[in-house]
Amino acid sequence: MAGISLTPCGDFRESYRADTTIFPTRLSRAFAIAAVGLACLAPLTGDRYMLSLLIQSGYLGIAALGLNVLVGFTGQISIGHAAFFGVGAFSSAFLVEHGVPVFFAIPLAGIMTTAVGMVFGLPAARLKGLYLAIATLAAQFIIEDFFARARWFTGGVAGRVTEPFSVFGFRFDTNETYFYVVLAYVVLMFVSAANLMRTRDGRALIAVRDHYLSAEMMGINLTYYRTLSFGISSFYAGIGGALYAHYLLFVSVEAFNILFSIQFLAMIIIGGLGSVMGSLMGAVFMTMLPEIVQWLADGLAGSPIDRALGLGSAVSYLREMTIGAAIVLFLIFEPDGLARRWRLIKAYWKLYPFSH
Amino acid sequence: MQTTPMLEAAHVSLRFGGVRALTDVSFAVRPGELFSIIGPNGAGKTSMVNCISGRYRPTEGSISFEGADITSLRPNARAGLGIGRTFQNLALFGHMTVLDNIMVGRHHLLKHGFLTGMVYWLGGAQKEELRHRREVEDIIDFLEIQHVRKAQAGTLSYGLRKRVELARAVALRPKLILLDEPMAGMNLEEKEDMARFIIDLNEEWGMTVIMIEHDMGVVMDISHRVMVLDFGKKIAEGAPDEVMANEHVRRAYLGEADEVLVDPDEAAPVS
Repeated sequence: MAGISLTPCGDFRESYRADTTIFPTRLSRAFAIAAVGLACLAPLTGDRYMLSLLIQSGYLGIAALGLNVLVGFTGQISIGHAAFFGVGAFSSAFLVEHGVPVFFAIPLAGIMTTAVGMVFGLPAARLKGLYLAIATLAAQFIIEDFFARARWFTGGVAGRVTEPFSVFGFRFDTNETYFYVVLAYVVLMFVSAANLMRTRDGRALIAVRDHYLSAEMMGINLTYYRTLSFGISSFYAGIGGALYAHYLLFVSVEAFNILFSIQFLAMIIIGGLGSVMGSLMGAVFMTMLPEIVQWLADGLAGSPIDRALGLGSAVSYLREMTIGAAIVLFLIFEPDGLARRWRLIKAYWKLYPFSH
Repeated sequence: MQTTPMLEAAHVSLRFGGVRALTDVSFAVRPGELFSIIGPNGAGKTSMVNCISGRYRPTEGSISFEGADITSLRPNARAGLGIGRTFQNLALFGHMTVLDNIMVGRHHLLKHGFLTGMVYWLGGAQKEELRHRREVEDIIDFLEIQHVRKAQAGTLSYGLRKRVELARAVALRPKLILLDEPMAGMNLEEKEDMARFIIDLNEEWGMTVIMIEHDMGVVMDISHRVMVLDFGKKIAEGAPDEVMANEHVRRAYLGEADEVLVDPDEAAPVS
């Protein structure tokens, strides 16, 4: 049941402050803090490959959260998110090239991406549904084309090399060190989004999604909030893109294509539309999925299944297919995504063994 | 004892192409009044309320609120002036909790935007939220919906949803509240509760009420004045018993032909 309360029996809130926390119970907050603490220890394991996957999940998660603000919370569609991610990556690299320290370049790249997002967002705020989808598709292609032509900004087809994150002369240029930068950003961006959603403007965004006519009667300016949603979404995409740029240290024009945009959509559908934590879950899922496919293919190497299907050579196609299959399966069986599944699991254990 | 009317509609007409939803309707609602609009289905009651709330813009005529012309004011600017409304068909934010729905009603009273909202604890957004939460809780107590405050609005029963919608409109702290069929589809007990809430809003909370309602018993019992619309025209206005005694009203409700409705323009070609 969607409306199930997770407040344990005997947990009485004695102030409104205690009733408006991000986490429903003290235990769940302790778990979240413990999870971040545990993540801080991840680099100690020395598994650099795992770390690189976590870093990817981190910056993709931030960008996916941006898309979720737009699609999941405000009910606007966008199929051009990767382009904004790209704007963030190139902006940061561009700023660093012109002498801005990386530490400042990342938030500035977010602001630059917001500006670009607003340019496309202003007309988009007047469109809905399919028309908006096409408008954002246009944004995707216009920005992609801009990347290929604006050599001064992107370095053209050669791409742009950039510098690693550094602060006070300490360079975060390995997986172990850069992981902390991404982790800090993930915590900051996700807490901000959770805060946004429990204050005035966050509620206004959801109101616009759920019933725009009555939202308007409540004094909500629809155009303002649709544009704002585009702005916030682009800001998150920009930050995600900038973190990507300073991780790979090289940004190439071809990376930000429409397939990447669709992967962002897949992340939020799988993670859960309209769920802050779902965005991160979706990003982790989408980062891990190809790895799992690869792992399965490796495990089956030499077996009759492998010989029949030729897994070794087809594995790259298989990855794409599993992404497609995952989206379809989630849409059919769990349209509210992993976030809801997670809630159900929690509810199950809360009531265990008397679930009825 | 002549005061400025809270709301004044002057010669309001509303046309959709060839369809005349409203024709030359004028009326005034005094501060503190409980004013009902009645009429058969399709009479233009909701159209009138939509003109007041800004959903439609009258084709002709003007509407003024506390002496200021609001005929072409944007709908979202009217909340700030003090006009709140509920809808005939439920219009809650279905995926939000009841509490959040009502907090949306406080929108125009809250000052913290997304920047200060994101840093919740710094900059005072939390303080503001809590202060308004207290007022919202008063409204929840008043409308007796404490037990569902954390429930998702879309999962509630019809009667409760109507009540939550009223709570949301009350949260605006409107001077004038427009209620579009607040009792439609309710059983007797729910209707009695709702009537009590409306009277309390009017008398204790000091809100001027414009109500559309089909239940004649309720309308006659609680309204101060009643306006009757039929085919987009005003056919009567006055105290409930006067209106009930009015010959045109009886005919409109019984569906007989009535000379008031014979439009001299009707025969002429539409210009």
